[in-house]
Amino acid sequence: MTERMMPMAKAINEGLRAAMTADPSVLLMGEDIGTLGGVFRVTEGLKAEFGENRVLDTPLAESGIVGTAIGLAMRGYRPVCEIQFDGFIFPGFDQITSQLAKLTYRHEGSQAFPVVIRVPYGGHIGAVEHHQESPEAYFAHTAGLRVVSPATPNDGYWMIQQAIASNDPVLFFEPKSRYWQKGEVADDGVPTPLHQSRVVRTGTQVTLVGHGAMVAQLLQAAEVAAGEGTSVEVIDLRSLSPIDFAPILASVQKTGHLVVAQEAPGNVSVGSEIAATIAERAFFSLEAPVLRVSGFDTPFPPAKLEGAYLPDVDRILEAVDRSLAY
Amino acid sequence: MSYTEATVQLLSPQGSLVESDATAPYLPLIAGLDESRLLDFHRQMVVIRRFDIEAGNLQRQGQLALWIPSLGQEAAQVGSGYAARSQDHIFPAYREHVVGRIRGLDPMRIIEMLRGLSHGGWVPEETGNFHLFTLVIGSQALHATGYAMGMRFDGVVGTGDPEVDAATLVYFGDGATSQGDVNEAFVFAASYQTPQVFFLQNNHWAISVPVERQSRTPLYLRPAGFGIPSVQIDGNDVLASYATTRAGLDAARAGEGPRFIEALTYRMGAHTTSDDPTKYREDEETRFWSERDPITRYEAYLRGKGVGDDFFREVAVEAEDLAADARRRTLALTDPPTSKVFAHVYTDAHPLVAEEAAWYSAFEAGYEEAGS
Repeated sequence: MTERMMPMAKAINEGLRAAMTADPSVLLMGEDIGTLGGVFRVTEGLKAEFGENRVLDTPLAESGIVGTAIGLAMRGYRPVCEIQFDGFIFPGFDQITSQLAKLTYRHEGSQAFPVVIRVPYGGHIGAVEHHQESPEAYFAHTAGLRVVSPATPNDGYWMIQQAIASNDPVLFFEPKSRYWQKGEVADDGVPTPLHQSRVVRTGTQVTLVGHGAMVAQLLQAAEVAAGEGTSVEVIDLRSLSPIDFAPILASVQKTGHLVVAQEAPGNVSVGSEIAATIAERAFFSLEAPVLRVSGFDTPFPPAKLEGAYLPDVDRILEAVDRSLAY
Repeated sequence: MSYTEATVQLLSPQGSLVESDATAPYLPLIAGLDESRLLDFHRQMVVIRRFDIEAGNLQRQGQLALWIPSLGQEAAQVGSGYAARSQDHIFPAYREHVVGRIRGLDPMRIIEMLRGLSHGGWVPEETGNFHLFTLVIGSQALHATGYAMGMRFDGVVGTGDPEVDAATLVYFGDGATSQGDVNEAFVFAASYQTPQVFFLQNNHWAISVPVERQSRTPLYLRPAGFGIPSVQIDGNDVLASYATTRAGLDAARAGEGPRFIEALTYRMGAHTTSDDPTKYREDEETRFWSERDPITRYEAYLRGKGVGDDFFREVAVEAEDLAADARRRTLALTDPPTSKVFAHVYTDAHPLVAEEAAWYSAFEAGYEEAGS
């Protein structure tokens, strides 16, 4: 197995290149993704390599990007759209939720819609309004869509290729605060299936679950907890729709304590769904209520306040303590 | 009413060909049609009107949840529908029943949809590339544009081979011209020079809102701002609809980029069977347009060419037969199995849907056992 160290942005770039090389029907479209290589440079070099008919610098219109991607999918293409920032996805919301998500159903299965929508998301980058949001729950709530989020460069490399290979629409949420941290990418390994969650640290007393950028925080919290004598298990959700509950159930049956953490607001969120489902399926294993640590139910605040808004290691550990003390 | 000096009309309301500088580019396209095609125009308009009335009646009798009448718009639809070649792809809104029929769609599929048995569900490959209806106003404009972008990338534009070169034809109404998606489609189409014809049926009413609320300028003037050549036609003139769409599609297939047609027509009926137009429009307006009825006008043209009573009688019988057949088949329709709720939500396997389908199946079975 060949392993190389690279940041997630580069790993996704390589994943896109691999997918485009393997399948000529894959094309990329979005704002500034061609000549510039995207505002985060995730598509850097791809226009030069594959040409302007496969890496499209589109007009500045998100509904137009998604709507024309749907037409291209009908024509047999596998479009990968980039939405420049999380908070800019909403002009495309109708085409995603009323069209893309429902078209296979409307066609009664005769037509697949293999469209990937890449969304750099989340906070920790000190940016202006609409540039730090976590809107994944809207899409996880919509039948017909798949929603995933890698937490590591290796997952970025493999999951983007798996998302492109999926015959269903996939919302691919990229934790932009993790774009620049390096990690190992095993480019000839056997990838974990796209919709599996994964235990990334084993422990015995409390289970922590999160996705995207939150996974690194959970691991950090687990390390601190270990120093204080508490053994914490950490699960990287990876897929938000469908959610793979099996590893979470197995873990909770062992620990009896579950804390779910996310940057997104807590109300009617992915964390809420996990809390409800674990309460339904593992009620007698639980020794404390499932606790959620999340962004507050406010708009994302001005950047100088994001430290107060976003869950951090202290807030995660506070929940761990609360769960154990129950 | 809304005719302008620019309105292209090939057939006068009295049914004679209009020869002028404005019609000169289009008349050869009409002259090139053989007689059987000219008769098809009439046949389709008459048959779909009868079908439309029957479907409306079926709705009133509780057989359909809804019907969407196309009464009055037959010429705009039939002419443009016949202008497309077999390899072209057609993206309808939801009122283009006859375009579907021309392309090979059994109109019963529309009845099934509006009875509540499907969301459409036909396979465009089997219906002459006539795609599904789209109920969110204007969304399909972007799908047609994306499809046409793909045609360009595939190199099936401007080769000069009439069997290869292809285009898309997208239908929408005057209300849709206010939608962002339609305007974004203009932007993308112009930017990527898509092989595409935008066919606007300006039927003057978006449910209860008159076209004047959508636009203070004639709608055919808008595309100029996007860099898309446009023409305004008398949409109750089947020959104008055919010839301008044919010319637009020919240009689009040849690689000259998108074209736009505004067809002035009138929704003689309600928006749908849920609507009551007496609440918002005047009889005088309806009378104006009924005097410009597309079928009466075209019949006068055909009679002037020597087409006799036998043909018109034959078409009337065909229309009655189709209506009777639609009624008979509608009354024989059965509801789909409840498993259809869960079918084809995704193309690949999906654990949550599978789990819910299995649960509901067991739940249903429990009732059956209890009842037996």
